[in-house]
Amino acid sequence: MTNAIQQTRKNAKDNLDMNNSKPSKLLSTTEIVALSLKKRHKKEKRFKNLGLLAVLFGFMLVLVLISDITIKALPAFGQHWVQLDIDYKSDWLNIEETSPETLLAEQLKTANFRKVLRNSIYQMFSSTADKKLSRSEKRELTKLFSTNAEFTIKDALIESPVLLNKQANIWVRLDDDVDSYLKEGFSDGEAGLRLSEQQAGWLAKLNAEKRLENRFNLSFFTASDSREPELAGIKGALVGTLLTMLVTLLLSFPLGVAGALYLEEFAPNNRWTDLIEININNLAAVPSIVFGLLGLAVIINLFELPRSAPLVGGIVLTLMTLPTIIIASRAAIKAVPPSLREAALGLGASKMQVTFSHVLPQAMPGIITGAIIGIAQALGETAPLLMIGMVAFIVDVPTSIVDSATVLPVQIFLWADSPERAFLAKTSAAILVLLALLLVINISATVLRSKFESK
Amino acid sequence: MNSSLLFIVLLCLTLFSYWFGIKRSLKVAGGAEYKKSLISLPEQFGLLTAMVCGLPALITLLIFNSTEQLVIEQLLTNTLPIKIQQLSSIDLGLYLNNIRSIASTETSQTLLQNISSQTLEQTSNASLITQYQGALTLQTLNQQASWLKTALVLIIAVVSVIILVRKFSPTFKARQKAEAIIWGLLVSSSAIAILTTVGIIVSVLFESIHFFKSVSPAEFMFGTQWSPQTAMRVDQVGGSGSFGAVPLFAGTMLITFIAMLLAVPVGLMIAIYLSQYADARLRRFAKPMLEVLAGIPTVVYGFFAALTVAPVIRNLGESFGLSVASESALAAGLVMGTMIIPFVSSLSEDAISAVPNSLKEASLGMGSTRSETVINVLLPAALPGIVGAILLAISRAIGETMIVVMAAGMAANLTANPLDSVTTVTVQIVTLLTGDQEFDSPKTLAAFALGLMLFITTLGLNILALKVVRKYREQYD
Repeated sequence: MTNAIQQTRKNAKDNLDMNNSKPSKLLSTTEIVALSLKKRHKKEKRFKNLGLLAVLFGFMLVLVLISDITIKALPAFGQHWVQLDIDYKSDWLNIEETSPETLLAEQLKTANFRKVLRNSIYQMFSSTADKKLSRSEKRELTKLFSTNAEFTIKDALIESPVLLNKQANIWVRLDDDVDSYLKEGFSDGEAGLRLSEQQAGWLAKLNAEKRLENRFNLSFFTASDSREPELAGIKGALVGTLLTMLVTLLLSFPLGVAGALYLEEFAPNNRWTDLIEININNLAAVPSIVFGLLGLAVIINLFELPRSAPLVGGIVLTLMTLPTIIIASRAAIKAVPPSLREAALGLGASKMQVTFSHVLPQAMPGIITGAIIGIAQALGETAPLLMIGMVAFIVDVPTSIVDSATVLPVQIFLWADSPERAFLAKTSAAILVLLALLLVINISATVLRSKFESK
Repeated sequence: MNSSLLFIVLLCLTLFSYWFGIKRSLKVAGGAEYKKSLISLPEQFGLLTAMVCGLPALITLLIFNSTEQLVIEQLLTNTLPIKIQQLSSIDLGLYLNNIRSIASTETSQTLLQNISSQTLEQTSNASLITQYQGALTLQTLNQQASWLKTALVLIIAVVSVIILVRKFSPTFKARQKAEAIIWGLLVSSSAIAILTTVGIIVSVLFESIHFFKSVSPAEFMFGTQWSPQTAMRVDQVGGSGSFGAVPLFAGTMLITFIAMLLAVPVGLMIAIYLSQYADARLRRFAKPMLEVLAGIPTVVYGFFAALTVAPVIRNLGESFGLSVASESALAAGLVMGTMIIPFVSSLSEDAISAVPNSLKEASLGMGSTRSETVINVLLPAALPGIVGAILLAISRAIGETMIVVMAAGMAANLTANPLDSVTTVTVQIVTLLTGDQEFDSPKTLAAFALGLMLFITTLGLNILALKVVRKYREQYD
């Protein structure tokens, strides 16, 4: 029966003569169709639901992706601090308190703060004088605190030198393992993650004395990369991204607009123009990593520009985004009504004057939207930058376009590879920052477009 | 003067020449009230002057900067003792690097002091003295080059302006000349696309030819053993390494296949639903939502694949008693498919909506249901467009790097089991090229050979896709 229906349908579609169909001898065509309707409608419903399912599946993927990363990122915005009783004993510091003030300030800079920190901690945890900490206990104890703690107490003393030979309550960062442990919500004194029972016990004690505090982790935004997760931040990567994007924008925007203007307004219809067009279309689909190979072979090895520099990264990303910008700009230029050109030409303007004072301003919003989309694409790009050496571990914030630098996506890649548990949250947080940047850029493009369209 | 400062000075000079050009043209005309006697506007004179000032000087600066180091190196080498000049190029490079680092850390005064103290001591440390002297020469050379650069650029800027301005007359065609220069700039900007393609082909091809001198193309294309990491030292046992790329091709195809298995049905169904069934409100909401998927950077997908999807798949597999590699092809493929869904859906939607409405209406008018119309009329008619979209998606998947670098493995297994770990062409390019290594080893060059394969494959797929789409367009237009 279905066969017959299909035959009928096919005939309808192909506009063939109805004589070809061979309906069953017992039933008329109308009856066959009527009988099959229920089944066909069921099929229709199934197909429609399948489509809806696919759309919902797409939504689900977006939600799962975003929420998974957000949940993973949340811990990175907090950092546990601990209040320590620091004893600034001058013989631990290895300085003479009788020295004149200027000399004292000098001495404080080189004093032995590690000893102060350790001895103060040991003092805090060996409450009764007779019970000395064993060597391994001492080691476990010092592991609780960030390596940065001795600098925190150093800064505190330099800020107020009167604390010398006194006891002070100083807040310092906890180590990343401890931080992760606290964020996981273990019950008091329970060993977990990389913490022993002994360490957990100490933490429970600190917690009972209300010496622990979860603060907003500002240093995530103000610090550069570090091997210690509790100290690592994205500032260096952000500045590197900014510099790279600046180079990309400054190069790709004028070049892209100029190229598009030529192709739309001036190019004669010949083989040369065809060649350029084919090239642009093909370059738009070349994998980004190939541009990295080009950058490595030509820009770094041939022109000997510095490795890892935002300048090289910007040039490579320019070559990559140029086709996008040219294609978008051409569409915008094409949308400028020809009457405008003809009116200006009729009034005696030269072709160049028409282009630059009439066509270009009209097409500008569209061109800028295209450029923003190109920049957004460049902002998330990682692979070509790996090729040109922007993967190095860089602690310093870059100050110029020829300094060694890294960018946010590469920083994400590097952190994702790190074994420390705390870097998982840091990576997710860096991804959130990257996505937020992209969102801002895309929204500005949308706003611009709608403003342009309403005109 | 360093280059960036020089650049800023040049910029100021260019702005000044704009003003200067206007002033001179007015003077030639005999005052501002007679400016109508000029054949071009004073501003056009100014524009031409500014361009004549800035462009040649800028080009000189660029050329100087790119050749500077090479020339200085050559000059420095010539001053070194013959014995050192005769070193092999690698050793000479090391030696020069040494001198460079000395020159950049020490001031010339300390260098002079060091040299005199060393000579006084009369020690056997003659090589150190030569290095110090070399560093000193390098510093002088650098200084001279810097002066030469500044002088050359500024003189060119000023002289070209003077020569131009002397030609000014009321009949001087400033506009035409300025426009000709702008035209040239526009042409060269559009030619960058060609330069980029040529650059890619030449650089990749050149290094690949180098590579194929040490490894035969047949071995590379059909060998099944891939272990480039063994080729570390020349004297090492089995130090030649093996460069059979078949496992990489197979791995790439496996992951691409998995990705397509997810992306094509889902993307196609989304396209059908959104174009045929969904109301305007859902469309308005769904499109940006799917664009989010397309706009997420690939490194984020890589992270998601490696740290969320892979563990889930492993746990799931283990609960069924299957052994799943921690970097399974399945995880990378599924996430890559997710990335490609919006790509497939938007391209196929274009293809479906390009089918003339008359076809659809005829089918509906004959009483077929919507799904029957879609399956029997729209899809066959849009098939070339959809095939084109799938081809483009495949090319995209093959060239995708970050997801597989982060979620797929390094081990070159020749397997079709999606639960195993495989490696891809792009993963190997990244692993071979990140980090410092000498540029001439077959290991590094292999990356370029792989890049060549990648470029050819994606280019071929794109051309094929465009051909298919174009052919189909002709059918209905």
